[in-house]
Amino acid sequence: MNKELIQLIDISKSFDGQMVLDELNLSIHENEFVTLLGPSGCGKTTTLRILGGFASPDSGRVVFDGQDITRIPPNKRQLNTVFQKYALFTHMTIAENIAFGLKIKKKSKSYIDDKIRYALKLVNLEGYENRMPDSLSGGQQQRIAIARAIVNEPKVLLLDEPLGALDLKLRQEMQYELIRMKNELGITFVYVTHDQEEALTMSDTIVVMNQGYIQQIGSPESIYNEPENAFVADFIGDSNIIPATMIKDELVEILGTRFACVDTGFGINKPVDAVIRPEDVMLVAPDAGSIKGVVTHLIFKGVHYEMEVAANGYEWLVHSTTLFPVGKEVGIQVDPFNIQIMNKPESEDEEAVAIDI
Amino acid sequence: MTSKKKWLSTPYLFWSGLFIIVPLGMILYYGLTDRTGAFTLDNITAIASAGHAKALRLSLLLSLISTIICFLLAYPLAMILSRVQVKRHNFIILIFILPMWMNFLLRTLAWQTLLEKNGVINHVLAFLHLPALKIINTPAAIILGMVYNFLPFMVLPLYNALVKIDPNVINAAQDLGADHFYTFIRIILPLSVPGIISGITMVFIPALTTFVISSLLGGGKLLLIGDVIDQEFTQTSNWHLGSGLSMVLMIFILLNMVLSAIFDKDGEGAML
Repeated sequence: MNKELIQLIDISKSFDGQMVLDELNLSIHENEFVTLLGPSGCGKTTTLRILGGFASPDSGRVVFDGQDITRIPPNKRQLNTVFQKYALFTHMTIAENIAFGLKIKKKSKSYIDDKIRYALKLVNLEGYENRMPDSLSGGQQQRIAIARAIVNEPKVLLLDEPLGALDLKLRQEMQYELIRMKNELGITFVYVTHDQEEALTMSDTIVVMNQGYIQQIGSPESIYNEPENAFVADFIGDSNIIPATMIKDELVEILGTRFACVDTGFGINKPVDAVIRPEDVMLVAPDAGSIKGVVTHLIFKGVHYEMEVAANGYEWLVHSTTLFPVGKEVGIQVDPFNIQIMNKPESEDEEAVAIDI
Repeated sequence: MTSKKKWLSTPYLFWSGLFIIVPLGMILYYGLTDRTGAFTLDNITAIASAGHAKALRLSLLLSLISTIICFLLAYPLAMILSRVQVKRHNFIILIFILPMWMNFLLRTLAWQTLLEKNGVINHVLAFLHLPALKIINTPAAIILGMVYNFLPFMVLPLYNALVKIDPNVINAAQDLGADHFYTFIRIILPLSVPGIISGITMVFIPALTTFVISSLLGGGKLLLIGDVIDQEFTQTSNWHLGSGLSMVLMIFILLNMVLSAIFDKDGEGAML
């Protein structure tokens, strides 16, 4: 892991008595693509605004490169932001937009011209210098917003749901573009989104947030495969979250049936939640599975079929490329390593988080 | 619009034809003829005569000063209004519009009473052992009346323009290193130009053409171009000269409207 660049220490923030962030702690490393992921109102945008200097925390500190920048205004910070809905200066040309920050830094004309050309090349919009922002499409405007930010050579680029206003196809294209730009620039990206697919595609590290708390920090794989609580499991992709009892290490009882699993250390006869991804539920012949059930719903989703199977009083969500018609009796089988065991929520806060899903 | 709905505008078309187009045509006719009905440009060139030119100059000067004062008062206010929360700003705007619902003449008469030599203000000043205010019947009183009456017309277009600026655009400027002053000069001011032009138009034109404010607060001694035209119609009954001078004034109004049409594409002024 690279060296730590930004530390958020015990950051709390409330608006009108409503707690938005509660003693948040987060470290961001050099050259890392960090995504703050969560539903609206989870505090992810507020965190970004505190980083950018547009909001100041009620308590806590922001440390950047070893220096406390909590009270430093945005125009004195070595980071730049790409805003939601672009926020371009509509009364200036593209070139003037990109040159805005450089002119303030009193750079020479030739330096600025070079930078404009370089930035437009980076975002694949060469030759757009003299166009006005309004004459560009949403995707192009977003690229200009990125160009305008990166010419200032920030150590960190903050991106606030930059792809939110674009259509699906363009969004997917821009995701690859962003990864490419980040690798070319070699700087840290802090990205805010509520779109789990965006987060999984682009990030080195995902920070899942809800109600002002960090729920889990980890790589996309670990967030997806080993969610630490019901919120993360439910927010990242579809999942079956089933009340279960941990009989002993590596053995869990789900809906009255015992399954082998790989988790240890939960104790003996402990109530837990078992998380099983729909694509990990295998449908087999009724007698070949661990549990018998009946298919109750069937939808074709393109890549796979989505089915619901009623078994032992629970509607299992199943993704499979094999079709099982509604009313068919099936058996359910799950591999031990596909069962993820989570502690049940203990504190009231955690409970609230779980209920709020 | 479908042809079925077009007939709905007939009453208004009839109204505007009768009371706008026809009178304009009459002014054009009177302005370009003499008492015998013969064509002449004398009524228009009469603006160059010493008395008329002086009145026009005074009108232009006083409306310009009033417009500038209105702008300087209104801009900071509009900026503050555009940033307060929605819940509160409706109330503040109401306070500013409230006087507009009161009759214009009544408000001006009120100022006359307040400013009089033995008026309320001087009574209060005398009570406080302060020197009396002698501004009634001076240009200052006329400017005061203009600013008081036309200020809301400056505030609203400015507010409309400023509230449309995405707060993130201002954040973006600061993010790129601009301080508050630079952000104001390079971002906020240019983006509010449509509102500025509308505001100027909506204060300058009524101020330029007013004759009520000048006759009530100027005591009839200070003649504005509006007063001169008023006198030609009502006192000397020279409709030809009055129409000719009106046409000159209209040229200034048209100039101003062309300016505002060029800059105010979003129709900030149309909100009123």
